Amino acid sequence: MVRMRTVEISVGVFMLAGIFALILLALRVSGLSIQTAQTTYHVHAFFDHIGGLKVRSKVAISGVNVGKVVSISYDKTEMRAKVVMEIDSQVNNIPTDSTAAILTSGLLGEQYIGITLGGEEKTLQEGGEIWNTQPAQILEDLIGKFLQQSVKEVE
Amino acid sequence: MKRQRLDLMTSFITFLRRLGQSGIMRVESIGRSGVFLLLAIFGRSGFGSRYQLLLQQLYSIGVLSLVIISVSGLFIGMVLGLQGYNILVTYGSEEAVGQMVALTLLRELGPVVTALLYAGRAGSALTAEIGLMKVTEQLSSMEMIGVDPLKRIVAPRFWAGFISMPLLAAIFSVIGIYGGAMVSVDWLGIYEGSFWSNMQQSVNFADDVCNGVIKSLVFGFVVTWIAVFQGYDTMPTSEGISRATTRTVVYSSLAVLGLDFILTAVMFGEL
Repeated sequence: MVRMRTVEISVGVFMLAGIFALILLALRVSGLSIQTAQTTYHVHAFFDHIGGLKVRSKVAISGVNVGKVVSISYDKTEMRAKVVMEIDSQVNNIPTDSTAAILTSGLLGEQYIGITLGGEEKTLQEGGEIWNTQPAQILEDLIGKFLQQSVKEVE
Repeated sequence: MKRQRLDLMTSFITFLRRLGQSGIMRVESIGRSGVFLLLAIFGRSGFGSRYQLLLQQLYSIGVLSLVIISVSGLFIGMVLGLQGYNILVTYGSEEAVGQMVALTLLRELGPVVTALLYAGRAGSALTAEIGLMKVTEQLSSMEMIGVDPLKRIVAPRFWAGFISMPLLAAIFSVIGIYGGAMVSVDWLGIYEGSFWSNMQQSVNFADDVCNGVIKSLVFGFVVTWIAVFQGYDTMPTSEGISRATTRTVVYSSLAVLGLDFILTAVMFGEL
C-alpha cells in the first residue's frame, strides 16, 4: 500500500511538472499575455515598395512597439502595396498627417513600420489611412545612386 | 540451352513468389496492428476501474523517463547556446541566441529527441514486457480466465504513453531553454533582458508551442503503438523477443524522423 502511495505521488508530481512546463513555455518563452482581449484598431497605408516587410512585423512609434502588421496585399486601383496595421487602442492620438516609413532594425535585422507623428489635430480612427508614406530603402538602388554620383564626380 | 532458360524462369517465378509473400505479410501485419489499435483504444470498459493500472504505467513510462529526459534536455540546450553564440557572434547579433535556442527546441529537437529517447527507454521496455508475457503464456491464460489482455495489459500502457509524451517533451524544452540561458547569459555574458525579449518576440504561442505539442502527441501515439504491437505480435521464443525489441527501436525511430519531416512540411512549409 505504501508503494502504491509513492507511485501515486510521483505520478502527480510528474503531471504537475509537465503542465507547469507547458505553462512556462506559453508565458515565459512565447510571451503570451493573459489579457488576450486587448482592443485594437486598424489603419492602412499604401507603399511604393515594402522591401522585406512581413505579416506580424512590428509597428513602432519612437521605437516603441505599438502594434503589428496584419495583412499585406497589392491594391489594383491604387497600383501600390496596401499594408493593414493593427494598433493598440491605448495609442489613439496619432495625427492624420503622420508619416509611416519602412525601416530596418540594425544592419541585418528585420524590417518594421516606424510612424513619425505629424501636427494635425484630427487623429486616426478605425479604418483610417496614413497617406504620408516612405517606401523601404532598397540596397541595390542606394548602391546604384552612389555609383552614379561618384561617376559624375570623376567626370 | 532450353533447359537453362527454364531454370531461369523457375528461379524468377520463385523470386516473384517470395516478393509477393513478404508483401502480403507486411500488409497483413499493418492490418493486424490497425485492428489491434482500435480494440485497445475503444475496447476499454470504464476509466475508473482501470485507474490503478493506468497510474502504474504512467509511473513506469513517464516518471522513470524523467531523469534521462531532463539530463539530455539540459545538455542539448547548453550545446545549442554555445554553438549558437559562436555562429551569431560573427554577425554581431549574439542576442538572437535565445530566439535560436527556443525555436530549435520547441519546433524540432524537443519533440523529436524526446520521442527517440522515449522509444529507447520506454518503448523497448514495453515490447520486452508484453513479449515476455506472451512467451510465458500469461496472455493466453488471461484469455482463458476471461480477462481481455487488450484491455488489461495493452490499453493502460497505450494511454500512459500517449499522455506522458507531450509532458516529457514540454519538460525537455523548458530545461533545454534554461540550459541555453545558463550558458549564454551566465557564462558567455549576453544581456539577460535581450535574451528573453528576443525569444518572446519571435516565438509565437499558436505557431511554435502548439505545433510542438501536436508533434509530440503524434510521436507518442506512433511510438507507443509500435512498441505495444511489436510486443503483442512477437514470435513466442526468446529470439522473437530480442527481434521485436530491436524492431521497436528501429521502426519507431524511422517513423518519428519520417513523420517529423511530413509534419514540419505541413506546419511550417506553407504547404
